[in-house]
Amino acid sequence: MVACECKCGEDELTKQLEKIIDQYRGQPTGLIQVLTRAQELIGYLPRWALIMIAEGLGLSLQEVYGVVTFYAFFSLIPRGRHKISVCAGTACYVKGTKMVLKTLREAIGIKPGQTTPDSRFTLEIVRCIGACGLAPAMIIDGKDVHGRLEPEQIPAILEQYA
Amino acid sequence: MQEVLKVREGVPSATCKAHIMVCGGQGCISSKCGEVVDALKESLNKNGLTEQVRIILTGCMGPCDMGPVAIVYPDATFYRRLRPKDAEAIVEEHIMKGAPVQRLLYRAPGAKEPTPCIHDIDLFKKQQKIVLRNTIYIDPLSIEEYIGRDGYAALAKVLTQMTPAQVIEEVKKSGLRGRGGAGFSTGMKWGFTAAAPGTPKYVVCNGDEGDPGAFMDRSVLEGDPHSVIEGMAICGYAIGAEQGYVYVRAEYPLAIQRLSYAIEKAREYGLLGKNIFGTSFNFDIEIRIGAGAFVCGEETALLASIEGKRGEPRPRPPFPAQSGVWGKPTVINNVETWANIAPIILKGADWYASIGTEKSKGTKVFALAGRINNTGIVEVPMGITLREIVYEIGGGIPRKKQFKAVQTGGPSGGCIPAEHLDTPIDYDSLGALGAIMGSGGMIVMDEDTCMVDIAKFFLDFVVDESCGKCSPCRIGTKRMYEILDRITNGQGREGDIELLSELATTIKNTALCGLGQTAPNPVLSTIRYFRDEYEEHIKERKCRAGVCELK
Ligand SMILES: Cc1cc2nc3c(=O)[nH]c(=O)nc-3n(C[C@H](O)[C@H](O)[C@H](O)COP(=O)(O)O)c2cc1C
Ligand code: SF4
Ligand code: FES
Ligand code: FES
Repeated sequence: MVACECKCGEDELTKQLEKIIDQYRGQPTGLIQVLTRAQELIGYLPRWALIMIAEGLGLSLQEVYGVVTFYAFFSLIPRGRHKISVCAGTACYVKGTKMVLKTLREAIGIKPGQTTPDSRFTLEIVRCIGACGLAPAMIIDGKDVHGRLEPEQIPAILEQYA
Repeated sequence: MQEVLKVREGVPSATCKAHIMVCGGQGCISSKCGEVVDALKESLNKNGLTEQVRIILTGCMGPCDMGPVAIVYPDATFYRRLRPKDAEAIVEEHIMKGAPVQRLLYRAPGAKEPTPCIHDIDLFKKQQKIVLRNTIYIDPLSIEEYIGRDGYAALAKVLTQMTPAQVIEEVKKSGLRGRGGAGFSTGMKWGFTAAAPGTPKYVVCNGDEGDPGAFMDRSVLEGDPHSVIEGMAICGYAIGAEQGYVYVRAEYPLAIQRLSYAIEKAREYGLLGKNIFGTSFNFDIEIRIGAGAFVCGEETALLASIEGKRGEPRPRPPFPAQSGVWGKPTVINNVETWANIAPIILKGADWYASIGTEKSKGTKVFALAGRINNTGIVEVPMGITLREIVYEIGGGIPRKKQFKAVQTGGPSGGCIPAEHLDTPIDYDSLGALGAIMGSGGMIVMDEDTCMVDIAKFFLDFVVDESCGKCSPCRIGTKRMYEILDRITNGQGREGDIELLSELATTIKNTALCGLGQTAPNPVLSTIRYFRDEYEEHIKERKCRAGVCELK
């Protein structure tokens, strides 16, 4: 175990991560499933977790990084408490993504890919959340879809996420 | 069980007075159908009707823009734009007194009277549902209800009455072509895989649905997951596979959740696992989660991703039929393709082949979005015209704006202008127009959309999503993007259109996978039909839609 010095104070998390890894121990093919669940657990994929995962599945750390950086879904840096994903798929684009982004940027003062200084929000752009019928749409925390967006509604929506 | 289900087709039942089916698809969830359900429950409770009226959450019913929507059986009354405060009226006036609540009914544009019964509404009448046969009738979490609508009967039929070769022959004869985009004959694909040397074999469902603007696969996975499981099991028997994988993107948590539940239930009922229907056939399915890269929808990339690797395409041949998951023969089909299988087996290839056009059989599910009145999911027979979809089913363009184009096939597709609205929709006619069927996303654009800007939008998407493995795609699309960016900024130059066309041809001919090979299509088709808009941008520094800020 090379990773012990980096995970002080992470005891509970490491235990839970071990459990996730256990299901796929020694099986490199489970990598994406483990990464997905690890990110669900921790919120992002810190280096110590990647080291544990690499060891557990029998991969090199390099191979794990190769996969993590390929997929947009994985994040190597901590994110805010709430993740706002603005849809920039075709339907939403045609119906006003630009305006949604502009209003959001004015309201929380950051660009896509950034996190607010108080760690409240992370803003990102995604390609279609499958709610195209309600375009323009955004999804918060990966589960709350807000559709038929008008600029005036945005402040009230943000207020729901402290 | 049977009793309960009959109610929904209008047959009165002794056990239940009525069923209220509330749409539980993603669109309606975000329009807060949950609160409507709570209010309905409360109201039923208050009136002592909890035992007599069932509330069922279904998958997407189609008209997402009207959400939350609900259907009340036995009379199949369709309600739209429901608010929690409407619950009381539905229970007290409709359920108790038999008088549908007028103000919540659908009213066709221009009509004086509302149309209460869903089967009388034009929007639904024009459709023919095979893939979506169950979505307005069942609770996706109930395997009993799926079985009650002939679910798993096709699987039983193939296992007990048909040889694998007969199953493949039936699928071939039906004329079914893959719904994931390319439109290759499904039966032939199965045949190649069955004949390929090597064991074990695998069955894969492509549920990546990376096309922006498309959401039909998700609506099938969420609304009728068993139909996909059954189709895959039938294929497993036909090609001699015992293991299937469904690849679903992580952005679809509800689809993953409902599908996992369905797989578990199918196992409990002995419809997945060992010795299915008491035969020697074993088959099981695992879910693999995709992590958000468009290129992972490409079949060879998807297979790499299932193996836990970076989802990068590789050259074909060998095709997955020869060398798929773990290098073994593999059938990979799209979600919608899978959902077609059980009805083909049950009703026969001839029935299926009687629907659609000569070379495109059956129905196609489209996701209608953009500047159109009725957005949502529709399923229509192949050969219907675009005009029928846009105006009769889609209800036309809002705010009296002028129709400009329909974009089909996402980043691999093209735009179809007004002069071709009467083209029948099938694989070949769309191809001839420089568009493609693709997976079925249809984005309607009106006069406020700038076609040069849209071309730039798709190029931006492709530049972002290119895996970078081969240079025509990695570098070529970037150059195209830069030129388009210049044109939309007012820096366009004489000769830019020619330069774009030349780059497009080179990329099409030299890119390794379908993503690069089709990436120039949106540019080519907008140049073909809207060349004057390009020229206005370049020569007059003018954007007639007022979208581009030309300096
Ligand atoms: C860049 C790219 C993305 C694709 N994305 C998808 C997708 O999201 N879903 C899908 O079913 N097919 C997708 N395809 C097509 C698949 O490669 C494959 O042809 C299809 O899954 C085969 O199934 P079918 O025969 O049932 O259509 C994509 C192809 C390319 C080139
Ligand atoms: S065409 Fe594009 S996406 Fe396909 S392999 Fe080449 S770089 Fe990757
Ligand atoms: S394009 Fe935005 S949800 Fe599909
Ligand atoms: S989600 Fe309810 S109609 Fe589509």
